[in-house]
Amino acid sequence: MLKIEHINSGYGKTRIIHDVSLHIAPGEIVSVIGRNGVGKSTLMKTIIGLNGLDSGEILFDGKHVSKMKAHQRARLGMGYVAQGHGILSSLTVEDNIKMGMDINSKGMIQARFDQVYEYFPRLAERKTQIAGTMSGGEQAMLSIARVLVGQPKIILLDEPSEGVQPNIVHKIGEIVELICKEFDLTVLLVEQHMGLIQQVSQKSYVMDKGVLIAELTKEQLNDSNIIKQYLTV
Amino acid sequence: MSLFGILYQFSDSFTFLILAALGLAIIFGMMGIINLAQGEFIMVGAYATTIIINQGFPYPVGILGGALAAALLGFVMDRLIISHLYQRVLDSVVATWGISLVLSEGMLQLFGPSMQSVSMPLGSVSIDGSKYSVYKLLLTLLAIGVVILIYLLFTKTEFGRKARATMQSRDISESLGVNTKAVYSETFVIGSALAGLTGALYAPTMTITPTMGNNFMVQSFVTVMCGGANPILGSVLSGGVLGLVNSTLSVTISAFFGKIGLLIITIIIIRVLPTGFTGLIEKTGARRRR
Ligand SMILES: Nc1ncnc2c1ncn2[C@@H]1O[C@H](COP(=O)(O)OP(=O)(O)OP(=O)(O)O)[C@@H](O)[C@H]1O
Ligand SMILES: [Mg+2]
Repeated sequence: MLKIEHINSGYGKTRIIHDVSLHIAPGEIVSVIGRNGVGKSTLMKTIIGLNGLDSGEILFDGKHVSKMKAHQRARLGMGYVAQGHGILSSLTVEDNIKMGMDINSKGMIQARFDQVYEYFPRLAERKTQIAGTMSGGEQAMLSIARVLVGQPKIILLDEPSEGVQPNIVHKIGEIVELICKEFDLTVLLVEQHMGLIQQVSQKSYVMDKGVLIAELTKEQLNDSNIIKQYLTV
Repeated sequence: MSLFGILYQFSDSFTFLILAALGLAIIFGMMGIINLAQGEFIMVGAYATTIIINQGFPYPVGILGGALAAALLGFVMDRLIISHLYQRVLDSVVATWGISLVLSEGMLQLFGPSMQSVSMPLGSVSIDGSKYSVYKLLLTLLAIGVVILIYLLFTKTEFGRKARATMQSRDISESLGVNTKAVYSETFVIGSALAGLTGALYAPTMTITPTMGNNFMVQSFVTVMCGGANPILGSVLSGGVLGLVNSTLSVTISAFFGKIGLLIITIIIIRVLPTGFTGLIEKTGARRRR
């Protein structure tokens, strides 16, 4: 589904991501963990195309996407939820969701739309609210609802649990798992919240200073000693 | 002076300010580009309209042609220059200043120092013993119509939603599949067309020269500056307030003082309301919500 081969990227002359390779199979939920500032978000932005690639290749669904603009990658089926939820704060909740829907012009949309409101009844109650005035947790739900209505094949989720209360984090995890099963969705998840990582991800990469230094299995993710070794400052 | 006379003066000022500012406000508010060539786009619209009407076409056709000519010019300028400068305010100032010089010099070479303007259509009406131009009264209605259309375009259509999203965050919009470069181009063309329309509508009222854009410059910039972040609401509010000051001073003292008054009130408004009228509205709105 997603194949990343030896990519390097950064901001201007500062290189952040060094020779990163990773493969994600269809239907997999794969996570990336690592300390603050090691380049997890930069990796995500590079994959979706908001950040230039210095070298390396990104293959999505068998296609070379490295030269494509972000909106072209999005239209191919790459969904992206930015860190901090990436809500369009001056638009209403409904307009935010419509923005997500534009990507996919084919049918089934209304069904998806209703289903998303079913998952997140809170959003249905607040359709006309200005999105920026919603609480952090509500914004997290909105960001996930918005990416789902675009019917992506893969979702790049950058810290969906940021600013969200524990039981809602768990609910986000449940919805992600449910949707993955139902729609054959693939997920690349960047998270600090170990509970969510353990709940949903089948394997996890550890990033340090822009390099993937380890690959952890589901069992290893549940071993607090291993996690401590990689995540303590 | 009669009440109608005062109203007429006010609506004349208001209309001029709104039409002069709207294209500039949209391009600045949506794209972060200060278009110093706004006046020259207006001038190009006026030339195109004048030429078309002089060919014997009816006024509405000429006016539409003026807007289209400026839209086409905007499209070409965007492709060649502006598209490389999105969100780069200072670079855009230098580049559009260059464009304005080239345009006015080019028009001078092409058509000479001035062109015979077409006569003002529709004649005049006499109310309470004073004569008023029907065309200028119609202009006010047209300006209000244009503002409403633009408002609907940016708030009720899919293009408008994408434009507002892009204005807020280019990255988020891109990641949602919006071709933000296309949105910026379309916005620039719309702003250019509005400038052309302004030139077209005022073509029968003034002398057509390559530098006629300067007549609009001060008014358009002060209106945008006082308006603040929201291009449409801002233009309407500041057009209203500045129009009141301008028309009052023009009537009671002279047109020259009307212009000076505009500058002074602008300096005061910017001192008191650094975020313009839009900022004030948003602040009071937020307070009421709390
Ligand atoms: N736009 C930018 N321009 C320059 N440097 C940046 C930019 N964005 C991030 N950086 C730098 O790149 C490095 C990696 O940042 P990144 O946001 O990818 O880290 P992260 O792993 O996502 O951290 P966190 O866990 O805090 O979200 C940091 O040193 C950061 O300061
Ligand atoms: Mg991050």
